Amino acid sequence: MAILREADKDKMTVVEGSYAVAHAVKVCRPHVISAYPITPQTHIVEELSQFIADGEIPNCAYMNVESEFSALSALVGSAATGARCYSATTSQGLALMHEVLFNFSGLRLPMVMTIVNRALSAPINIWNDQQDSISQRDTGWIQLYAEDIQEASDMIAQAYKISEDKDVLLPAMVCMDGFILSHVYEPLVLLEEDLTNEYLKPYETNYKLDPKNPLSFGAFADPSSYTEFRYLQQQAMDKAINKVEEAADEFKELYGRYYGGVIDTYMTEDADIILCAMGSIIGTLRDVVDNLRSNGKKVGLLKVRAFRPFPAEAIKQAVSNTSVIVALDKNISIGLNEGALLTELKSILYNTNLNMPVIGFSIGHGGRDIPEKTIEDIVQKAENVIKSGISHESEFVDLREDLI
Amino acid sequence: MKELLSPGHTACPACCDTMIAKFTLRALGEDCIIISPTGCLEVTTSAFPTSSWNVPWIHSLFENAGAVASGIEAALKAMNKKEDTKVVVLAGDGGTLDIGIRSISGAFERGHDIIYICIDNEAYMNTGVQRSGATPFNATTTTSPSGKVSFGNPLPKKNMPAIMNAHGAPYVATATLAYPKDFMKKVKKAGSIEGPTYIHAHAPCTTGWGFDTSKTVEIGKLAVQTALWPLYEMENGTITSVKKVKNKKPVEEYLRMQKRFKHLFTKEGGEEEIAKIQKIADENIDIFGLQ
Repeated sequence: MAILREADKDKMTVVEGSYAVAHAVKVCRPHVISAYPITPQTHIVEELSQFIADGEIPNCAYMNVESEFSALSALVGSAATGARCYSATTSQGLALMHEVLFNFSGLRLPMVMTIVNRALSAPINIWNDQQDSISQRDTGWIQLYAEDIQEASDMIAQAYKISEDKDVLLPAMVCMDGFILSHVYEPLVLLEEDLTNEYLKPYETNYKLDPKNPLSFGAFADPSSYTEFRYLQQQAMDKAINKVEEAADEFKELYGRYYGGVIDTYMTEDADIILCAMGSIIGTLRDVVDNLRSNGKKVGLLKVRAFRPFPAEAIKQAVSNTSVIVALDKNISIGLNEGALLTELKSILYNTNLNMPVIGFSIGHGGRDIPEKTIEDIVQKAENVIKSGISHESEFVDLREDLI
Repeated sequence: MKELLSPGHTACPACCDTMIAKFTLRALGEDCIIISPTGCLEVTTSAFPTSSWNVPWIHSLFENAGAVASGIEAALKAMNKKEDTKVVVLAGDGGTLDIGIRSISGAFERGHDIIYICIDNEAYMNTGVQRSGATPFNATTTTSPSGKVSFGNPLPKKNMPAIMNAHGAPYVATATLAYPKDFMKKVKKAGSIEGPTYIHAHAPCTTGWGFDTSKTVEIGKLAVQTALWPLYEMENGTITSVKKVKNKKPVEEYLRMQKRFKHLFTKEGGEEEIAKIQKIADENIDIFGLQ
């Protein structure tokens, strides 16, 4: 949830989430935008195309490519030429990019790509969950998740700052829930051009394709050196943890808006139960926490903003005094019956002196609505865990028995 | 003259890829950026921490050279750095005709100012001589072997120059390493033309085709002299020049020198199969007006 300066409330305007993101991209001054249309990402690339058609993004090429695979491949070339690059995709499109994702991060090229989170086929479904980006977690990309459209648009500038940092040089995904955020109209402050000019300097690099200083990109590395390339990528990810925090702090300083760093917490300090999630569900969870708090239940909220790099230390600190942690995942690893947050939370707590129970719920698949009542039922189950221990470590919620 | 592809790479003696890469760089000079998809040329010239390339060079993936090249060209133009810099793809036949065709089609349709050179050695040599869409009729490869009931690859070669011409490319040409002056002239011409240009180069591979390393050029010339590899240029959709074939030689002379066609001379029924290949050459004479 954005914390706004009182004065900035006059600057607020009501726009669609996709427009807010496209506007943010525009003021970040990209040189090359390359994208392929796919629902529910289309409004972003349509708005950007209109900006280009109206001459509003100087020195920028918009490439209408023939597939998502080529959308990202083209940007390998552009980023290696020293250009600031942008793309947006979702679901099937992101899956089609899979091979290029590894290549992009392995080449240590920066860029920002909005992922408008959507379910994967089959069965085909255009609505929101987060299986698409979660399935790309090991590709070496930074992954940030936005709670609302103010954050999704402001995060574009933050992501460029992190991605292009000389200590990082890794590409970044800014993830926003499909339709719930991409197609919603809300009041917000459009990313300020003057402040962004100050916040985000032009991308400059010595590592680029330039006939005056010929370099080779994409070498063949045999077993004697491949490991070190992977190790250095991990080191860059480690450094990105602080860079995410710094980018958020500097943003707060300059723009007056703040959404947390690698994580954000809400009423966690004395909480017996901490709900942990990513993306637009956070808004619903804030309301549930408020309601339950007014009934005297000590519930808190842990919002994970950075899923990669995974903020292990920040989370451990935030949950250290709680009795039970509840992971809410809009994704599932079929065969393990766990969402990614549940798996990661359990793994970071193992080998520590923190041994509170962690339970998980698979929720909101393929755009299934998440009413507050569902969350309250989950909190009830968490209370039972405190009283009598875990009966189910991970389960689907709101299943329709008539279809099974 | 400074060689822009340094020696010390790991290519086979008489390698067709490195010959074509050298000729390309001799024709274009230093002001170019080279894109190589995965393949022999990439593997043999870029073993970390070494590189043979004295011009900027990038390898991304196997099937995306067209897209990477178009992204480089778009970035140079957007940043006002294009000037005379040539953006050049040096790709194999698998990365061009098969797995890479989507991204090449997109790049040519969008009209980027790039030169795409296909080094056609008619099979997947980097992985051990498997059949590609460029493998000629009746050639034996490790995935289209001749056998008791097979004469090798049963399919005709895909006509890539025609496909590129159908994209509206302002310049499409065939060439061969066996006539380097002709090849370099075509590369220079491609570089002088704005828009996507395509050169399809015959590239005899000593390892994959099975011939002595001293015979690369001789075999390349025989492909032209038998009319199996017609040399022509197409500008804006029409053929504008053709290298005439004087004293056309029978295809046996070309086939006999290569192990990949050996079965045609040892197996029963081979003569009829050679006659079919002769028919392909004869048709080329008519189609391209080679005589």
